[in-house]
Amino acid sequence: MSAPAPDLAIDVRGVTKRFGGRAVVNGIDLQVRRGEIYGFLGPNGSGKTTFIRMLCGLLTPDAGAGTCLGYDVRRQQDEIKRHVGYMTQRFSYYEDLSIRENLDFIARVYDVPDRRRAVDRSLERLGLGKRSRQLAGELSGGWKQRLALAACLIHEPQLLLLDEPTAGVDPKARRDFWDEIHRLAGEGLTVLITTHYMDEAERCHRLAYLAYGNLLTRGTVAEVVRDARLTTWTVTGPELARIGRVLRGQAGVDQVVAFGNTLHVSGRDAAALDAVIGGVVDDAHTWTRGSASLEDVFISLMDTARDNFA
Amino acid sequence: MPRFTFHRLWAIVLKEFVQMRRDRVTFGMMVGIPLMQLMLFGFAINSDPRHLPTALRLGDEGPYARAFVAALRESGYFALTREAASEAEAAALLQRGEVQFVINIPHDFTRRLLRGERPAILLEADASDPAATGPALAAARALADSIFDRDLDGALSRLRARPGPVELRVHAHYNPENITQYNVVPGLMGVVLTMTMVVITALAITRERERGTMENLLATPVRPFEVMVGKIIPYIVVGYIQVTLILLAARWIFHVPLVGSLGLVYAVAFLFIAANLAVGITFSTLARNQLQAVQMAFFFFLPSILLSGFMFPFRGMPEWAQWLGSCLPLTHFLRIVRGVLLKGSGPADIAPELWPLLLFVAVAMAVGVKRYRQTLD
Repeated sequence: MSAPAPDLAIDVRGVTKRFGGRAVVNGIDLQVRRGEIYGFLGPNGSGKTTFIRMLCGLLTPDAGAGTCLGYDVRRQQDEIKRHVGYMTQRFSYYEDLSIRENLDFIARVYDVPDRRRAVDRSLERLGLGKRSRQLAGELSGGWKQRLALAACLIHEPQLLLLDEPTAGVDPKARRDFWDEIHRLAGEGLTVLITTHYMDEAERCHRLAYLAYGNLLTRGTVAEVVRDARLTTWTVTGPELARIGRVLRGQAGVDQVVAFGNTLHVSGRDAAALDAVIGGVVDDAHTWTRGSASLEDVFISLMDTARDNFA
Repeated sequence: MPRFTFHRLWAIVLKEFVQMRRDRVTFGMMVGIPLMQLMLFGFAINSDPRHLPTALRLGDEGPYARAFVAALRESGYFALTREAASEAEAAALLQRGEVQFVINIPHDFTRRLLRGERPAILLEADASDPAATGPALAAARALADSIFDRDLDGALSRLRARPGPVELRVHAHYNPENITQYNVVPGLMGVVLTMTMVVITALAITRERERGTMENLLATPVRPFEVMVGKIIPYIVVGYIQVTLILLAARWIFHVPLVGSLGLVYAVAFLFIAANLAVGITFSTLARNQLQAVQMAFFFFLPSILLSGFMFPFRGMPEWAQWLGSCLPLTHFLRIVRGVLLKGSGPADIAPELWPLLLFVAVAMAVGVKRYRQTLD
C-alpha cells in the first residue's frame, strides 16, 4: 500500500462495481482534498450511491484501488467506518426511538468517549435540544434530516458522505443545512455530497458529474462550464413553444430547454448555432447570446451520455 | 355522494392481483400452506395410534402365554420391539420413552390359569400422553376377557365364565389419572417458544432491512456477529420469561406434578431457544419483507405443532411423518420436557433426544450465519 497523500481525503483510481455483469460504477478516478465540499451529480441510477457505498466500506470494489482518509478501501474497511460519517439517502434511524435514544445508540456503536456529553453537545449544536424526547418517526422531513446529520457527526468523523441529504427538504431548511456544511468544512471536515439541485451544486468547491457509471466531467463550477464548450442563446417573448419546435433538430442546435418564460438554445458548435439563430431571429423576442449555465451543461452531459453508454 | 363504479372497483382488484403475483413468496405460501395442511391433516394425523413399541417380560414360555402375546400383537396396537429381562430394564425402557408399554407375564401363568386362579398380567403403560395409550389399553382389556374362549374348550370351558380367565392389571405410569393437561401444559412450553422465537427474530431483522436502518447499521463499525447476537440476547431473556410463566402456571393453575429437575429444563430450554432463533434468522435472510417473514414462520410452525407429538400422538403417524417430525426441534424438546417434568428423567435419560437438538442448532446456525453474510455485499 502506498503512503496516502496527506492532503487528499479521498484518492481512488479505476473503481468499478458490477451487479449481474453490468458495470454500475465504471473505472472512476476521484481525488478530494481535505476540507473540501465536493459535489457529486448525475441522473438517478448513475452509480453515485454505489460509489459512496464503496468509499465507506459497505461494498468492496470489483476493480480499482485507492484510499479513503489514508486507509485502503479494499482492506481497511473497518478503519474507514470508524472515521467516516455516512448519511443514507433514505432516513435510516429508528423511528420508534426518541431523538436522544437514536443519538445515544449511535454514540455507543462508535464507542464515543464521554458519551453523555457528546450526545448533549450534538443535540444543542443542531438545535434539537427541546425535541430530544420526541420519537424520530414523528419528525418532519427537515428535522429528520437534522437528526441524521447530528447522528453521523457524533463520532467526530473526518469525512462526511451525504447521499442526497436535502431531497424533500424545504428551501429554508436546505439553506440552514448548507450553512452548517460550510461551517463544518471550515473546521477541516471533508464533505462528499450528492444532489440534484443546481443551487447546491454551485455551493460546492468542486463537482463531478456521473452518468451510467462513468465520470463525465469534474472541476470547479467555472471549469465544468468552460470545459463543456457550450454556447447558449436565451430567448424571451411570446410563443416560445413554437420557436422551440422550429429550432429543435436543426443542425448545430444540440438542445432546447424551456426555463419558465425563457428558452435556452445551446450547441457545442458555436458557429453552426449562430447561423441557425441568425435564420430565425425576430423583433418579437429578445435574443441574447451568452455562456451556458451549469444546468445547461448538465442537461447536455446527460444527453451525450445517453448516446454513448445507454 | 360519489356513485359506486365497477371500473374503479375493477382497478383495485386488478392492482391487487398484479401485486400478489409480484410477491412470489407470498403467492407460494398461499398455495403451499393449504397443501401442507391437506397432507398433514389428511395423511399424517391419526388419533387411533397403532403399532406402539412394547417390551415383553415373559416369565412363562407356555402355549397360553404365547397365545396371549400373539393376540396382543394381532390386535395391531402393540408392536413387540424389545424383550426385558428384569423389572429394572423394563422400567428404564419406559423412562427413556423407548417403549410405550411393558407386558409382564408371570412365571406361573399357565399353572394358575389352568387352576382357575385368574393369573394377573401386568400391563405397564407410559401414560404421560393419555391420547397415545387410551385406545391400546381399551383393546387389551377387551382381549383379556375373551382371549382364551377358543382355546378353553371341553372340560376347560368352565374357565370361560365371567370375569375372564386372566386379570389384566394396568399400571398407568407418570399420569395415572390420565389427565390431559399433564401432557399438554409442559408441551405448551415448546409450542409457545417455537411460535414467538421464530416469528420475533425473523421480524426483528427483516424490519431492520425493510425500514432501511440496516444499511446505516452496517456503515458503522458494528460487526455482523455483534448485530446478530445483540438482536438475539433480548429474545433469549423473553424466552426464559415465557418458560417461567408456563412452569408457574403448570404448578399453580394446572397442578401438574413436576417431578424432575427444573434446572435441567432451563438448561435444555437454552438449546431449544437457540434452535428457534437460528431458524428465525435464516428466515429473516430469505424474507424480503415482514409479511414474508411471518408466513415463513407459520410454514415452520404448522408442521412443528402437528408432527411433533404435541397435538396428536407421535407414534400414531405414518413413518414418513414421524421421520419429518424427527427433524423438527420441537419433537425432541417435547420429549425432553415431558420426560423431565413428568417422569423425572435425568441427563442420561434425555441424551437420545439431546443430540438431534444439538445437530439442529448447529445446522440452522450455520445456514443462518452463512445466509446472513451473503446479504451484506
